[in-house]
Amino acid sequence: MNSITKRILSWRLPLTFLATLLASMPVSATVNIFTCEPEWAALAEQVGGDQVTTFSATTARQDPHFIQARPSLIAKVRKSDLIICSGADLEIGWLPLLLRKSGNRKIQVGTPGYLMATDYVRLLGRPSRVDRSQGDLHAAGNPHVHTDPRNMTLIAKAITDRLSELDPAHAAVFQLNFEHFSKSWKASLKQWKERARPLRDMPIAVLRNNWPYLVSWLKLRQVVTLEEKPGVPPTSSNMAKVLTRVQQQPVKAVIYAANQPSRAAEWLAGKADIPIVELPYTVGGNDTAVDLFSLYTSTIDLLLEVNQ
Amino acid sequence: MKSLILRCTLIGILSASGIAYAANPQAQTNDDLADLQQQIDLMRKNYDQRIRDLENRLVQAERRAADSDELREELVESVEELTLAPGGDQVASRPSDFNPGIGVVMVGTIQSMNPSTDTFEIPGFALGEETGLGNDGLSVGESDFTLNGSIDDKFYGSMTLAVSGDEGVVLEEAYVQTLALGGGFNIRAGRFFSSIGYLNEKHLHTDDFIGRPLPYRAMLGNQYGDDGLQLSWLAPTDNYWIVEAEVFRGDAFPAGGAANEGFGSWTLSSHVGGDFGVSHSWMAGISMLNLDVEARTTQEQFSGAGSEEVFTGDSTLYIGDFVYKWSPAGNTRSQFLKLQGEYFWREEDGLFTPVDGNDLAYREDQNGWYLEGVYQFKPKWRIGLRHSELDAGSLGPAFAYSSLNTQRHSPRQNTLMLDWSNSEFSRIRLQYNRDESMRDSVDIWTLQYIMSLGAHAAHGY
Repeated sequence: MNSITKRILSWRLPLTFLATLLASMPVSATVNIFTCEPEWAALAEQVGGDQVTTFSATTARQDPHFIQARPSLIAKVRKSDLIICSGADLEIGWLPLLLRKSGNRKIQVGTPGYLMATDYVRLLGRPSRVDRSQGDLHAAGNPHVHTDPRNMTLIAKAITDRLSELDPAHAAVFQLNFEHFSKSWKASLKQWKERARPLRDMPIAVLRNNWPYLVSWLKLRQVVTLEEKPGVPPTSSNMAKVLTRVQQQPVKAVIYAANQPSRAAEWLAGKADIPIVELPYTVGGNDTAVDLFSLYTSTIDLLLEVNQ
Repeated sequence: MKSLILRCTLIGILSASGIAYAANPQAQTNDDLADLQQQIDLMRKNYDQRIRDLENRLVQAERRAADSDELREELVESVEELTLAPGGDQVASRPSDFNPGIGVVMVGTIQSMNPSTDTFEIPGFALGEETGLGNDGLSVGESDFTLNGSIDDKFYGSMTLAVSGDEGVVLEEAYVQTLALGGGFNIRAGRFFSSIGYLNEKHLHTDDFIGRPLPYRAMLGNQYGDDGLQLSWLAPTDNYWIVEAEVFRGDAFPAGGAANEGFGSWTLSSHVGGDFGVSHSWMAGISMLNLDVEARTTQEQFSGAGSEEVFTGDSTLYIGDFVYKWSPAGNTRSQFLKLQGEYFWREEDGLFTPVDGNDLAYREDQNGWYLEGVYQFKPKWRIGLRHSELDAGSLGPAFAYSSLNTQRHSPRQNTLMLDWSNSEFSRIRLQYNRDESMRDSVDIWTLQYIMSLGAHAAHGY
């Protein structure tokens, strides 16, 4: 094969592909929503109903801090009209890359198609000092806002506004869906509050410091954190320190999320003879947490079980 | 309860006073007594009424108290909601908070070669600069200094300076890129590494091994980058499919001379990729690098300093690449496996001038490949194995005294590494390399650190 033919061939092949693909481009009427985490997909469905198609980049078993900017995710971002993520640097290791590679101008930073949940609620745990020796801290504050369900109404409102902006023809539907959601959410909040009353002031140990919103909602008492520095696995010296602390100041349980390795938590639970609780953290985190409503019910029930 | 006590007490007091009144010796007559009785009855009635009033007020007060409890709770809730709502001090979390992101990557090595050698060649290949086996002993490699961030809502920019003791400051990359073209299109302009192959556009410090595999060292001078323009298009398909076309100035190795009025090289590449379930992901691609080479000058190692060889002609390189990654449930933190391989095929056609200065007609097909696997067996720890080899093809005796003489040797290399990462930002690596690039093989042990300070650019797949 001479080099001219080779050149022609290598040009023609992709061009043929291109033509075929352009011809088969899908036309969708619904708003394509790319979410970084399952909770935002679930919330967007509450507001969007049949008018949206959602995709979550991560599952409840994946730690959203450590996700690879996989080709499949870039392809998904390319075709989305709205992206909903936690923000506050949670997805900083992969989301900016997906956006840049996507060639999709609808979802770039600052456009109506770019929604970060943490922009709409008050953030806890903004560090006074940001230094990597403290681990991979989130300078903007703790991003795990969904663990307090009271935040969800505010974020649902933000999603409603965005959807109405992107798809004005269905604005009334989104508004109606939001009102319906916020009504049943309010009722659930009341129920959860009643149910969680015995949890007030319950002393707990946590694997990683990603529960400040849950702690503030249920008025738990976080005594100690196993991961001294976020993102850096607990060191043996810190584990020993934590154990002494727990022996002096007893806790009811060691808590970790379904998307975290349980080993360190199990170690502490074994040594201090305290129960260990794997909380669902997000929708799909366990068999009972199948939607937004059951997520919080399951969380409370799991805590009640060990709060004897 | 309270009202009952109240009532009993009042009745008690009343009865007592009534008895006291009745027993009054001053009250003589029956009429008086009846009168008194009437008065007492009246008083009792009055008091009863008052007690009932008091009771009612108490009940009402209690009800109000309960109401206010609820009211208070509601108030607390609404206050909480209010305080949870974004306030004036709310700062939107945007990458531009740290605009531009500034990052420094520092690399240092301790190396021991056996036998120790300063000269390096890969028989059959005219090599670019810095493609050798590294320095014996202690040395600080290049430190990368990177600035990047959004320029505005439509452009993104990134600049990387490679700083080293030997070379001073070298502009490694400096490019701007569109963000808002839409339709899957992106244009990049400036100096950047080409998107050909898999490893090429990645910075060296992100590699899993110390030193690029042989095909990259021999045919691309580790990494191909130049001043250029790139157009990329991402197809609106369910699976990832990207097509990238680039034009470069054609100054940097393996090109040379900035032919065609400074449009000396162009590339075309395409990659596809996707997932199998949540645990597996992959990407594969084909690329072509087309060079119009005008007087590419390389060093011939064994004839002493200043011995240059020159090539002028066409050079075309094809690369096929794939990468496959696995991690349980897609959680790369605990366990992780990566398999990656690339195949290079190159055709060069033109005039080659060895050190003796006689032009030789040169036409050769060469190829090479590598395959590597990296396994993270527990958090922080990874082990890796890589094999790479080259086939230079064989030329006539005219090339006997040039670097293109293959010396009937097939260059190959086997590398084993173990590394430990305390966090995403620090890594320490131990590597053993059995290098058979030259006819005499070399055993190399290297200990390396790679540390990054400041903003870390998100790493590509």
